[in-house]
Amino acid sequence: MEKTENPGLLNIDTTLYKTNISGKFAARKPYRPADPRIISSFIPGTILEILVETGQEVREGDDLIILDAMKMQNILKSKVNGKIKCIAVSKGEKVSKGRLLLEME
Amino acid sequence: MAGNIHLTLKIKDMPLEKKIRELKEKREKILLGGGEQAIEKQKALGKRTARERILSLLDEGSFSEYDLFVEHDARDFDMDKKSLPSDGVVIGTGTVYGAPVAIFAQDFTVAGGSLGLMHSRKITKIMDHALKMKIPLIGINDSGGARIQEGVNSLAGYGEIFFRNTISSGVIPQLSVILGPCAGGAVYSPALTDFVFVVENISKMFITGPEVIRTVLGEEISMEDLGGAKVHSEITGNAHFYAKTEEECFEQIKKLITFIPWNNSRKAKMFDPGEPDQEYRIDKIVPDDPTLPYDVRDVIRAIVDKSDFFEIMEHYARNIVIGFGRMGGRTIGFVANQPLEMAGVLDVDSSDKAARFIRYCDSFNVPIITLVDLPGYLPGVDQEHAGVIRHGAKVLYAYSEATVPKLTVILRKAYGGGYIAMGSRHLRADFVFAWPTAEIAVMGPEGAANIIFRKEILSSDDPDGTRKQKVEEYKAKFANPYVAASRGYIDAVIEPGETRKFLLHGIEISDNKDVTMPSKKHGLPPF
Repeated sequence: MEKTENPGLLNIDTTLYKTNISGKFAARKPYRPADPRIISSFIPGTILEILVETGQEVREGDDLIILDAMKMQNILKSKVNGKIKCIAVSKGEKVSKGRLLLEME
Repeated sequence: MAGNIHLTLKIKDMPLEKKIRELKEKREKILLGGGEQAIEKQKALGKRTARERILSLLDEGSFSEYDLFVEHDARDFDMDKKSLPSDGVVIGTGTVYGAPVAIFAQDFTVAGGSLGLMHSRKITKIMDHALKMKIPLIGINDSGGARIQEGVNSLAGYGEIFFRNTISSGVIPQLSVILGPCAGGAVYSPALTDFVFVVENISKMFITGPEVIRTVLGEEISMEDLGGAKVHSEITGNAHFYAKTEEECFEQIKKLITFIPWNNSRKAKMFDPGEPDQEYRIDKIVPDDPTLPYDVRDVIRAIVDKSDFFEIMEHYARNIVIGFGRMGGRTIGFVANQPLEMAGVLDVDSSDKAARFIRYCDSFNVPIITLVDLPGYLPGVDQEHAGVIRHGAKVLYAYSEATVPKLTVILRKAYGGGYIAMGSRHLRADFVFAWPTAEIAVMGPEGAANIIFRKEILSSDDPDGTRKQKVEEYKAKFANPYVAASRGYIDAVIEPGETRKFLLHGIEISDNKDVTMPSKKHGLPPF
């Protein structure tokens, strides 16, 4: 196997070490705290039903979207009280994991 | 006398020869496996047949095959009208460089090497044999998976294999060679064994294949990208040895067999000792500046007999190096931080890699030499969320639990938790040596000075100047091996050039090491 070298500097306890940086480390995603107003697909699947409309007021726990995945109908619920800002998918659409489905104000 | 005449007459009639001829014909037919067409297909994929593989792996003329005449006994789906020679798997015993081994090889040319009841019974027969005779087991996997027509019998077969893999674990060495597909539940047998060998473009391992992933999840991926040899050697850590061809793979298997004992009540075979190559100048490898990289494998090669170091999991979690070498003819397991890669930090993957290898060495009476040079653990949200606490703890557990001789050399940095984890005195290393370049401290001088002298630095008119001065102060006081030596945490501060001598002697006098552990059913390592 060809060895990939990626020389760089690694900071451990404020000391910089000259070393090869692994692909895994280089490709890591910076952490972003979860935003409860954003509903995205936690699993790839198909949008079976959209139960709300743009502008509609919803309460925490209300059903928003039914996502068909792994032979299960997963009901995605609202995590907050608020208004639907936009719906990013349509009924019958296949969605990948992590895809934005719906955003609340 | 009448009896003898009768015997002579029988030989004259040649019924025995006839029977032998009949046996030969039957054998020849079965030895063709799935037939010429299927064999051609196998060859076109760069693969050899099951029996060819066994014969090229074992010492010439050493293979005895068993259960050649076994047939499947499935009835449903018109299976009773089909013949599957040897039921798609070859089993037997033989030797590798004179060491006895039990072996099975799935025959992809027969019903895709699919696993039915009799197929599994042949495998479990040779597994039982290996465990009873206390000899290593080699499994060559090349199978489409469960034989659907045999239903739950096929699942039962897998379960029986997994159970035996587990029971044999730590008693006999178990090697899995993936020379074709190994999919679905089938992957768990190799996963339960000690060493997994994969070959580029030939090995494919996954729980659910690309087809299922595409239809269920809508994600497109090739077999190679999902579970090819490279993926398992570099990313998942499922494979221990990667080869470009089957021939190279078999050379790796044979070499490994020379390093390990037949079972857990023996020691590995002694070889003629030999000095390391002159080209590895141990006093010239490690830079004095602790932030500069070098290849720790060169240090190992400068220590082991004939500079022959056999690396394991070369492409996975490269920030730690593991493998076998010999000292004074004895097999030694090496664990070494690799400053060349990710500064040699401990993280989730390198902890897993090291801990499992330490436990392997302990199971099979292989002394462990640890070479330490690490700045500590890798910081990051991804590491914390991936469970670096739980995974890192495996290293502490593995070292503490190991009762084989444990020798540690601190080459340069040994900071904080990393110092404790890497085979320290506190985890019961038998000998701990340190080079004069060793820095044994809670953390690197910069970090430590920033914390200890925080007030002085902040209140100074020249904070940068004060910081630099305090870092130098800290370095002079603590960035050395002598504080640890004054407490007896290390046994000797040695010159790099004395390393082999000290280690050889330590290994020799530890040969009869005897440690008693408290009685327990088993411990609870954090996995």
